[in-house]
Amino acid sequence: MSAAGTAPGRRSRWQLGLLLGPPMAWLVVVYLGSLAALFVTSLWTADEFGGTISRTWTLDNFRDLFTLEVYRTITVRTILVAVAVTVIDAVVALPVALFMAKVASPRAQRLLVIAVLTPLWASYLVKAYAWRGMFSNGGPVDWLLAPLGLDTPGYGLTATVITLAYLWLPYMILPMYAGLERLPGSLLEASADLGATGWTTLRRVVLPVLFPAAVAGSIFTFSLTLGDYIAVKIVGGANQMLGNVVYDSFLTGNNMPFAAAVSTIPVVIMLAYLTGVRRTGALENL
Amino acid sequence: MRTTRSLVGVMAVLALTAACGTTSGSGGDGGSASEEQGGFVAPDLPMAEELGDYEGELSVLAWPGYAEDGSTDKSVDWVTPFEEETGCDVTVKYFGTSDEAVTLMQSGEYDVVSASGDASLRLIASADAEPVNTDLIENYADVWPFLKDRDWNSVDGQMYGVPHGYGANLLMYNTKEVTPAPTDWSPVFDGASDYSGNVTAYDSPIYIADAALYLMNTQPDLGIEHPYALDADQLAAAVDLLKQQREHVGEYWSDYLKEIQAFTTGDSVVGTTWQVIVNLAQADKVPVEAILPETGSTGWSDTWMVNANTEHRNCAYGWLNHIISPEANAAVAEWFGEAPANSKACDLTSKGFCESYHAGDEAYAEGIWYWTTPISDCLDGRTDVECTTYQDWTRAWTEVKG
Repeated sequence: MSAAGTAPGRRSRWQLGLLLGPPMAWLVVVYLGSLAALFVTSLWTADEFGGTISRTWTLDNFRDLFTLEVYRTITVRTILVAVAVTVIDAVVALPVALFMAKVASPRAQRLLVIAVLTPLWASYLVKAYAWRGMFSNGGPVDWLLAPLGLDTPGYGLTATVITLAYLWLPYMILPMYAGLERLPGSLLEASADLGATGWTTLRRVVLPVLFPAAVAGSIFTFSLTLGDYIAVKIVGGANQMLGNVVYDSFLTGNNMPFAAAVSTIPVVIMLAYLTGVRRTGALENL
Repeated sequence: MRTTRSLVGVMAVLALTAACGTTSGSGGDGGSASEEQGGFVAPDLPMAEELGDYEGELSVLAWPGYAEDGSTDKSVDWVTPFEEETGCDVTVKYFGTSDEAVTLMQSGEYDVVSASGDASLRLIASADAEPVNTDLIENYADVWPFLKDRDWNSVDGQMYGVPHGYGANLLMYNTKEVTPAPTDWSPVFDGASDYSGNVTAYDSPIYIADAALYLMNTQPDLGIEHPYALDADQLAAAVDLLKQQREHVGEYWSDYLKEIQAFTTGDSVVGTTWQVIVNLAQADKVPVEAILPETGSTGWSDTWMVNANTEHRNCAYGWLNHIISPEANAAVAEWFGEAPANSKACDLTSKGFCESYHAGDEAYAEGIWYWTTPISDCLDGRTDVECTTYQDWTRAWTEVKG
């Protein structure tokens, strides 16, 4: 009996190993491996023409990164844009997700999920260039604001934040919707029966359930914005973000080590962000 | 259990990092040993001695407008005749900046490239462009002599490609918004505040040379003799000027279509441009004009180069010969708006074209500051200082944009 019991156990462990082994190896080699390669490269330097990399260990790249003010400015700007995009997305997504999960009929719910997902089918570039048209001189935004006596904000950080908030909105709505769907309707009714106003219910019943979902969404919006360099090229005017510095160092200066040093900044920011998120306990509730 | 697992993970990463470090460390020894200090030494690469049959395929990396196959405009086509003549099937990829050209060329995907002077030396240095045997290129004999054996297309008398044509960067302006019509570069530098938010500039570190050229004319005290040979102080002065300009720049351009669009909508009204962009914008009825300021300009002198690892060498040589043939060279020159390299091309261009671009006029051609890669050996011949390199310019350019 006992012998028969261990045999399948061993076999299933084998099966588990076979099943998980390749993806785990893939993750370690491709993901952690490339991160390690990134870090190692950042400690080298490129020569005058950029073609060859001198493989002697040096902290020069990081020294430049920390001492030159321009990189601090760009880092702060990138973080602020990421925060703005995340906040805007959270504020816009909350009513949408709440309506989808708790108010809409099942049929409307399905249609709304499709509606939220459809923009993801269109190419990123198409959407970004569409916003370029929107913000252009005499474009739709100009036309809409004209009655208020305002002009289009033009290409710049405002346009970048709006474009990115538009692009990443589905990534905020979907986790929020999934989170709210798990909230039993009876809780809302109980809250109302106990005399809570709509606002109190929102604050004391909905938000605590919603928080982990919002955090999950914010990881998407925050990290996607942190690494973006295309939208800011298209609608950002003369502004640059961390991604552009990486892109320019790599493609323009052909300086791979410096590009690698710059790209460690978003990695560190994301690690700090995830640690912060973990502290709140939001990840356990996902 | 949880801690054990994450500990194992951390150790795995550390082990991996260490492994990378050791392997690369040993590679580094070999790298530093072969490093040369001092003057520019080209890698030793073989040159084609004779040509064989065409391979049937050719991948072309070119500036926009340099390899038209009739898809933009039916009458603008010099790729199809080449394909019909040689049987080499041509695929074309356009690039926006020299930096992009270098990176794309280093991918090894392209057989030939139209490289400007700020890319050619980098391609030679990185062993991506091979020496070209000009004896195998029939039309080379008709190229203006003053374009041969120059700093940007040859090393020690060995040509690394064939000259294609040359021209100057122009100042484009919206005729409705910019009055009176500018005569020099001041609307984008000292006078930029008049068009604040609507000034545009070329998004590449090489644009620093435009500022240096402006300073060369307006602030002789700085002692700039050559806009691509800047010592640290001169570079700092150019960067300061560009930072002032930055406050008034609406956006930088490197994609020529983006510049056309910005001028069409009026988001940009004044800035640096190429003749081909002016032509396309004017064809779209955009009210723009372009001038070559009297104080001179930066410009380009392009060279068609062959990838050192090409598998289509015969097609590549065929292309080099075709593109500088009088017919093709005249067609490209007229379409892009530049002086052709082939002296016989001027018989085929429309009347007055070669005169307006001063084709063959050596003195005029010498007045353009062609894009050149800045290197630490000062290009103006100074030996008492070390000049800033393109890497320095790249950092400076990031700083300018802020």
